[in-house]
Amino acid sequence: MTYVNTATICLYTIGANIRAKATEQAVTMRSHPDNADLPTCFIRSDGQLAARLPTFANENAALVKLYGAMLLTRTFDEKAVALQRTGRLGTFASSLGQEAVSIGTASAMRTEDILLPSFREQGAMLWRGVSPKELFLYWGGDERGSDFAGPRGDFPICIPVASHAPHAAGAALAIKLRQESRVAVAIMGDGATSKGDFYEALNIAGVWRLPVVFVIANNQWAISVPVSRQTAARTLAHKAAAAGIASARVDGNDVIAVRAEVGEAIDRALGGEGATLIEALTYRLSDHTTVDDARRYRSDAAVSEQWPKEPIARLRHYLTNTSGWSKADEEALIADCRERVERAANDYLSTPPLEPDAIFEHSFAALPKDLLDQRGGIAMAKTIGPHHD
Amino acid sequence: MTDHCLVEAVNLALARAMSEDEDVILLGEDIARNGGVFRATDGLLDSFGEDRVIDTPLAETAIAGVCIGLAAEKLRPVAEIQFSGFLYPCIDQLANHASRFRTRTRGRLTCPMVIRTPSGGGIHAPEHHSESMEAMLINIPGIRVVFPSSPQRAYGLLLSAIRDPDPVVFFEPTRLYRSPKERVEDNGQGLALDCCFILKSGADVTVISWGAMLKEAMAAALSVEAEGIHAEVIDVATLKPIDFGTILNSVRKTGRAIIVQEAPLTGGFGAEIAARIAEHAILSLLAPVRRLAAYDIVMPLPRLERHNIPDEQRITAAIRNIMSYT
Repeated sequence: MTYVNTATICLYTIGANIRAKATEQAVTMRSHPDNADLPTCFIRSDGQLAARLPTFANENAALVKLYGAMLLTRTFDEKAVALQRTGRLGTFASSLGQEAVSIGTASAMRTEDILLPSFREQGAMLWRGVSPKELFLYWGGDERGSDFAGPRGDFPICIPVASHAPHAAGAALAIKLRQESRVAVAIMGDGATSKGDFYEALNIAGVWRLPVVFVIANNQWAISVPVSRQTAARTLAHKAAAAGIASARVDGNDVIAVRAEVGEAIDRALGGEGATLIEALTYRLSDHTTVDDARRYRSDAAVSEQWPKEPIARLRHYLTNTSGWSKADEEALIADCRERVERAANDYLSTPPLEPDAIFEHSFAALPKDLLDQRGGIAMAKTIGPHHD
Repeated sequence: MTDHCLVEAVNLALARAMSEDEDVILLGEDIARNGGVFRATDGLLDSFGEDRVIDTPLAETAIAGVCIGLAAEKLRPVAEIQFSGFLYPCIDQLANHASRFRTRTRGRLTCPMVIRTPSGGGIHAPEHHSESMEAMLINIPGIRVVFPSSPQRAYGLLLSAIRDPDPVVFFEPTRLYRSPKERVEDNGQGLALDCCFILKSGADVTVISWGAMLKEAMAAALSVEAEGIHAEVIDVATLKPIDFGTILNSVRKTGRAIIVQEAPLTGGFGAEIAARIAEHAILSLLAPVRRLAAYDIVMPLPRLERHNIPDEQRITAAIRNIMSYT
């Protein structure tokens, strides 16, 4: 993690997980964010330890919980794609390969924190208590999916890229003004870092020292445009420097590393030290959405190269090696995930749409007369158009 | 009761709203120590402190977006956008988020926020400072668009806008900021949103307008009284959602309608009113509906801008013309 404009610099390196506290003298030498280039990593692709685990990861049950959440996310994604392919769900954005960013981020948050997800963060939403049925409803084209029963204060899925970054700053400003111990956490993709609202939000979070964490799920592709054609910045984490906020790079396929870095950023925010930008390096193994065909812009070979680094197998290797995670454990977990997702899908599919009049509900707190008149026209609209008398 | 100009009435309403509800906070460029470039927030920093009167970085998208985050967290932000020409970056946030939060979460999250911005020409300002862009906002479902035309209505409507549980874009007619003055009682009384105001009754012709054009319309209506023409003048005030019933009743009575807008003609809000009159009152009409508007041109720089904006003379001529149909 690089602290910009502060007297202390913390440096993570792969392998040793050295956390060096630099001296005042070193600040001038190391204040260039180059030091953030190396991403934090605890478990390597082969399941071997890269560094001593943080405390939370010492309990096997905690790791199994993270593993189960990632597997549930993947199971959900598979089912959602299958439903879309059979005409029973709308366009859907799978998070295949990126589950660790979503789960790592959400698992670092407390209930009272605020999640602002973009459209590929079903993992984080599930972890926070949004039900798979509600997610199916949303992607199936029903507003009730965003009226989730779980984290009532969390924001709905943001579709226009980066446009929720200023909302995170606003929510964090509310937290700060009321002197609450909470943090706003927004997740967005690498493409988001090219947008003006992203920079405006970072800048305002910096100057107001807001309790907010911006997590960039750098999956290397903004639909068909790779990061190399998105920016000349060497890393996306560098973009924090201009806003005067802290930044970190993390192996986004290592759920433990994501959780550790986001957790540290949350702690800093709670301690009044302001905002952090975290770049989580991952890879989108799926198409952008169900209406995309990624083979138009990247080769199967390039994608195949990334599969050995994916987050779920990595943690499974580790669990198998260290705690005797067995084939039976694995099969039981898969069966449980499938059962939950199948039940949710059936619940979604058997939920009838609302009555036509419902399209007017919630347009305003109280429906204005003009809209009452227009609503009255629904029945007649097919023959004579809206009626106002 | 004291006489106040419109910008003072805005200031009074902001102070009143902040006094009665500590969740009301102000954001904008130069609004704190400087009191706003038009002084709409003058003195409020001293009264309410820097946690409630907040100078933002120069970033209009962030201002609108931060308001949404604040509002979702149950605060009531009131933002100032310095000139309506700088409102364009906010449209993304208004259309994509503020207007939809309530409906897309089925009421779980809401956006009680107000964006105030000066609007219109006539103050000899530089480029980009004289535009009238209400039509762009009106076509966005889920937001209110309010446009007062006098100090009293600015006071009452702004109070109601701030108290309203949904997002409001509040256009303030720049040209009327300092003049005229009228008695404004700072009694905390809001004026009803979603209502037209009949400023002058008359049986012969209905003149429908909003914002700074009402001053011209009233002057024209009074000037033709001597000719025996009794014009009814309606201040639409809340443009969206429109109180069309009041307009409809008036046009059915008079049989003649003139709509005056400072914004360009094509696709303007006047077109919506004219269309509704055609749909619902065409059989009551004695004459074609007339629209007076700015031309479909870029707002001229100050030396020629008055040729683009409808004025008393044009409205008077239109009234005489429409009365020639019998």
